[in-house]
Amino acid sequence: MKKFTNSGNIDTRSGFGAGMDELGKTHEDVVALCADLTGSLKLNDFAKNHPERFFQTGIAEANMIGMAAGMTIGGKIPYATSFANFATGRVYDQIRQSVAYSGKNVKICASHAGLTLGEDGATHQILEDLGLMKMLPGMTVINPCDFNQTKAATIAIADHEGPVYLRFGRPSVPNFTEADGKFEIGKALHLVEGSDVTILATGHLVWHALEAAEELEEKGIKAEVINIHTIKPLDDEAILNSIKKTRCVVTCEEHNYLGGLGESVSGLLAKNDPVYQEFVATNDTFGESGTPAQLMEKYGLNTKSIVEAVNRVLAKK
Amino acid sequence: MPNTKQLEDFVSQVRRDIVRQVHQVSSGHPGGSLGCTEFFVALYQEVMKRKEGFDMDGKDEDLFFLSNGHISPVFYSVLARSGYFPVEELNTFRKIDSRLQGHPTTHEGLPGIRIASGSLGQGMSVALGAAQTKKLNGDDSLVYSLHGDGELQEGQNWEAILYAAGNKVDNLIATVDLNGQQIDGSTDDVLNMGDVKAKFEAFGWDVLDVEKGNDIEAIIAGLNEAKSRTGKGKPVCILLHTIMGHGVDFMMNGHAWHGKAPNDEQLEKALAQNPETLGDY
Repeated sequence: MKKFTNSGNIDTRSGFGAGMDELGKTHEDVVALCADLTGSLKLNDFAKNHPERFFQTGIAEANMIGMAAGMTIGGKIPYATSFANFATGRVYDQIRQSVAYSGKNVKICASHAGLTLGEDGATHQILEDLGLMKMLPGMTVINPCDFNQTKAATIAIADHEGPVYLRFGRPSVPNFTEADGKFEIGKALHLVEGSDVTILATGHLVWHALEAAEELEEKGIKAEVINIHTIKPLDDEAILNSIKKTRCVVTCEEHNYLGGLGESVSGLLAKNDPVYQEFVATNDTFGESGTPAQLMEKYGLNTKSIVEAVNRVLAKK
Repeated sequence: MPNTKQLEDFVSQVRRDIVRQVHQVSSGHPGGSLGCTEFFVALYQEVMKRKEGFDMDGKDEDLFFLSNGHISPVFYSVLARSGYFPVEELNTFRKIDSRLQGHPTTHEGLPGIRIASGSLGQGMSVALGAAQTKKLNGDDSLVYSLHGDGELQEGQNWEAILYAAGNKVDNLIATVDLNGQQIDGSTDDVLNMGDVKAKFEAFGWDVLDVEKGNDIEAIIAGLNEAKSRTGKGKPVCILLHTIMGHGVDFMMNGHAWHGKAPNDEQLEKALAQNPETLGDY
């Protein structure tokens, strides 16, 4: 199978920061808003280089989202940033009414999503944000897998007219996608060709899916791995074409199985081509404190979990 | 510029539009709409710098955001009669396939509306954002917003009030409709907010009272005074002392008509108190 090289572990939020640096130079209408998390969102350089386009709102996320909506009136492209929990759940109604229903060109960019923010624990580990955001009509939902892809997505969404939720994280993870690659919203990426099982992965779980495919190959199982960086709109065609070939699927995400990628895939398959599916996701639970690796092990979100899920789905097929 | 008599005639017609809209679908919010009629007429017919037609960005013109979206009947009537869309469209208020939703929205593309409102407490943040963009664009026109007094119970307002003063957003004039009423009763009974003026001032705003909030000349004077206070490093707040239901005697002096429609007989009484001046829709 095709091998991917990790060019070095780095956090996806730094990919966001690098993308914002780039946008600072190329897109004069891009403005950034931050609720007292400049360093955590890697916005220090943007704030330093473009102070007139950087808006520190203080610890007041509801006001930040409303301001971002208002800033679009007159042509700005606001990137409203915080931790994923405070950028979605805390401000759901503000996003719903002032951004999504009002059709405003706001980019909600959220770091520290999922379990891998680690030791801060469940108050900060949102596992429901993809579901919250994908249910909003007109909202585009993107969950890139590494530094390079997060940077590319950050840049790409500036040229997309409409509200976007961009989700990334805190831990250092393998960086393996092409540097300065083109990011196409809604276009799933075939990473590995296979015929026995389709593995659909998003975010941090994409690298684990690649590792799982390697392990499975050693046992003679040919897994097809697809990077679903865009949860909404889902690349229906890519998924259905793969399922046609493999007749079973495992979905992988750092999110509750309710409301996440797996649920979107189930809906697509139920309508078009029902096959057995296994979910690598959290099982309707909150997280807890621990190291990212410990948490991903305990909650079943790593390479081993994906291999086990593949074996389960193959046994049913 | 229209004279006072012309503005008062406009007000009378808007009041007719309000009660007729609410009556025709037996739902909607006449009380706050009637109480703010003079304010809307003053703003759109006299005070705001407006361009012909409508575009979302509203560059080089004043902008207005309605935060307490439930008083949509007055907003729709004044927008229609100020030329944003056909007056006949008031006939579609709250009906299926209409651009005149129960609460105002951009979703159906109604000219004059720049943000959805209805879920309370969000409009000041939106107005702040628009005001910041005007500054970035070097656009020296102003941003106006209107808020209910009960609405100030929503915490997001105070985030915005804090931000506006802290960041010297001095191209914003936020008006609070101080009618002392909300759905469940008087604001004092539901959640006493104490001295609203002292609160805004403590947060660093420049605050002025318009005691006669249903007197068109007093409102214009207040708005012009507020305009003269912009650009001086502080956001400006107008406390507009209105009477809920003003202009329809049986709807005044209480919260009963916050969100209740008149029946046929009540409609006739309300219309008799507000002569047709510009032609009913």
